[in-house]
Amino acid sequence: MAYCGCMGDNASVGSKIAISKGVNRHRHDWRELGIRVLVPAAGVIAALLVSALFLILLRANPIAAYAAMVRGAVGSTFGLTQTLVKMTPLLLVGLGICIAFRAKCINIGGRGQMIAGALLTASFALRFGHLPPVVLLPMMIVLGFVGGAVWGFVPGFLKARFAVNEILTTIMMNSIALQLMNMLLQGALMDPAGIEAGTFLAQSARLPDAGRLARIVPRTLLHSGLFIALVMAVVVYVFLWRTTLGYRIRAVGLNPQASRYAGIKVPAYQALSLTLAGGLAGIAGAVEIMGVHYRLLEGFTSGYGFTGIVAALLGWLHPLGLIPASLFFGGLLIGADTMQRAVQVPSALVNAILGLVVLFVSASTVWTQRLIQRFRSQETAHE
Amino acid sequence: MAGRQHLPAVWSHMTPDLPATRIQHMEMRDIVKTFPGVRANDGVSIDVHSGEVHALLGENGAGKSTLMRQLYGMYQPDSGEIRINDEPVQFRRPLDAIRAGIGMIHQHFMLVPTMTVAENVALGQPSTRGLRLDLDVVSERIATLSEEYGLRVDPEAAIWQLSVGEQQRVEIIKALDLGASLIILDEPTAVLTPQEVDDLFVTLRRMVAEGHSLLFISHKLHEVLDVTDRVTVLRDGASVGSRATKETTRDELVQMMVGRELGDLEIREASTGEAAIEISGLRVLGDRGEEIVRGVDLTVHHGEILGIAGVSGNGQRELAEALSGVREATAGRVKIDGTEITSAPLNERVAAGLSFVPEERMRDGAIGEFTVQENVFLHDHDEPEFCRGIFLKFPQMAEHAESLVSQFAVKTPGLDTPLKNLSGGNIQKLILARELSREPRVLIASQPTRGVDIGASEYIHQVLLEQRDAGMAILLISEDLEEIQTLSDRIAVIYNGRIVGTVERSEADAQSIGVLMAGGSLQQAHQETAERD
Repeated sequence: MAYCGCMGDNASVGSKIAISKGVNRHRHDWRELGIRVLVPAAGVIAALLVSALFLILLRANPIAAYAAMVRGAVGSTFGLTQTLVKMTPLLLVGLGICIAFRAKCINIGGRGQMIAGALLTASFALRFGHLPPVVLLPMMIVLGFVGGAVWGFVPGFLKARFAVNEILTTIMMNSIALQLMNMLLQGALMDPAGIEAGTFLAQSARLPDAGRLARIVPRTLLHSGLFIALVMAVVVYVFLWRTTLGYRIRAVGLNPQASRYAGIKVPAYQALSLTLAGGLAGIAGAVEIMGVHYRLLEGFTSGYGFTGIVAALLGWLHPLGLIPASLFFGGLLIGADTMQRAVQVPSALVNAILGLVVLFVSASTVWTQRLIQRFRSQETAHE
Repeated sequence: MAGRQHLPAVWSHMTPDLPATRIQHMEMRDIVKTFPGVRANDGVSIDVHSGEVHALLGENGAGKSTLMRQLYGMYQPDSGEIRINDEPVQFRRPLDAIRAGIGMIHQHFMLVPTMTVAENVALGQPSTRGLRLDLDVVSERIATLSEEYGLRVDPEAAIWQLSVGEQQRVEIIKALDLGASLIILDEPTAVLTPQEVDDLFVTLRRMVAEGHSLLFISHKLHEVLDVTDRVTVLRDGASVGSRATKETTRDELVQMMVGRELGDLEIREASTGEAAIEISGLRVLGDRGEEIVRGVDLTVHHGEILGIAGVSGNGQRELAEALSGVREATAGRVKIDGTEITSAPLNERVAAGLSFVPEERMRDGAIGEFTVQENVFLHDHDEPEFCRGIFLKFPQMAEHAESLVSQFAVKTPGLDTPLKNLSGGNIQKLILARELSREPRVLIASQPTRGVDIGASEYIHQVLLEQRDAGMAILLISEDLEEIQTLSDRIAVIYNGRIVGTVERSEADAQSIGVLMAGGSLQQAHQETAERD
């Protein structure tokens, strides 16, 4: 190449010392992983300790309460399957949050995107229920993605084109989706059986059998949507780290200015990240109605849109880290239900405990960073 | 760092009493300061007497600033002691140091831009009238100090209206007004024009004559030789030695700083070819919407380095940004080898043969959290060589990155090391390697060696000259006049958004370039040169 001529003596000295392959690299990687796991775990324990104070104030025995929590989440086959059922939408929504966060976009619109995806999926399935499952099922998942993606694209486009804050628009889009669904469930999509029986419940007709995800364990709600979520986690990992698009999304998030200098169209990739985030939440919505409820109904999103954000944070915004994180939050949701019944505390307390876990885990990321920094600089000093 | 200082617990701690005694002799002995993983100061000793300028010389990262921050109470030493007038002292925070009579002029000024000079000076002081402001008293004190030390400044002017040189004077006045008798100057000339440097040196000599002690941090040898009495050289956190300025030479100091002798740059006569980049009537708006590049005409030929000299803020940054396509030009044209690229997107510019080394390398040129390898591909990751469809080809990428790293002698633990863990010099070498690997015909290099250690700067200069000899056209934008003078075949001086003069290398001397940088005309420049001779 053209610039080889000038190297002379300098380069030969340089290349000898240029790359010293760290012999200790792997040990350090393991230590770093240890910090990343143990520090947030300590945060969770601290949150549970503080929650114990609340339990004591409410005259409940914290040990009994937490025992009930663990028992509820993992103590029985049914509890375990319930945990996995809750994990599925959390993982899918969280994956979308990961992609958006990597581009420094904050997606609060998980709920609306789930609804948009589920709406499209349900409408299609109710109209084309006669199609064979091999055609219908993939179509429903794809339409779930499309519905959510449209819902994510709108804030993405507004941000890219007019610099409108995506936090505000994604929240607004939640309300729009919610009201749209309510309107349709009261009207065009309302279950004819409900009308006939005079119950007028805000829910759609049941999905055709061909449009339902198989149950994995008999007599539980655990459905094959879990596998879809796990596969998507790997797909998102490959997308972010092995493709040009993912590379650009990460570059845009870390340093928009340098990305611009490198010729990357920053707004376009922000919009893309929000669109994909919406699409993944849309799949979550589709999978939830196809695997659990078998129909579209009011309130089916039950907080996954927001808890997914927290799970993504706990999973270091990494698709694979999100798998244990969403499992943990799934267990927490189920366990908290059991605890509430076992020790008779108000259901609001469950939300308070979740909130404390979020607070402590978010705070623990600061310590994680500091510790890793310290180990890294020691490493450099030894070299 | 700012967060660490000035966190007073109670009101009485916020108002420094004027120091009772003047510092006759300050001594730092065997100072050791370690940060996690780094021994920043390793048994450094330095002392300064009243009426003396003591230079602290060393490359970036040699530990100069760390040492001075301990003297100013921003950090506490792990071991070693500080003595003032032969009494050991301990500074827990800057306020303690201020009370002892130490002042520090930071490289980045600590002034409130919207307030006046008098208000800024009054900031750290108790009012003579209790809770009521005493700006008139402060203004009088400023006037006295201005008179005494030749620090011309209007107490009523708002800081943002002042030039950088004037702002520095305000900082010095602030320190003097607080009763400082030992003043630390952290790279005070980095932001000044040559004339302002001369003014500063006059002030420094007056302060010394009044019995002040000065600690002068620098890495510019000629200044150190000009203005100081003694020099202490730091390298890798340890002190290499002290010399009386009169008894040392430039070469000796360089050798102490770098640890080896530098080779002389061999500069061959340029063999200039056809016009490579033609800029005509270029106008560009600044961040606040004001026109900041106001009709620039420039031509750089193949096989030529054209240096743009100027005090920062005269449009250099915006000019470079307009050429890179990240800032829109409002008028004028830019051509690369005859192809018009005035408003072309970046990819077309690159295709036309343009490459860039941006001024703020960590903001514009690289991504600190990305690995070394990922940074190599910021622009080229979608070249067919490195991807198939949307999938990146890792083996090819690693091979390319590895070859750049070894060819440009970038010191890194590995290709997957986050870039921010590398030194400034190595980061800059990697950026240069990346930009040159595209085999451009025109290179825009902004501040290519700012904050880069001497070894790496020398290397970068060598690379630029080699490229020039191979026929590349290089537009070199730098605030380092020495760099401009060493490398450029022609020097264009930018002032207030216009090129106010272009001189050949043979005619260029610091004095006449200085006149142009301050807004004078070429005639004036020649006149001054003639008068001097």
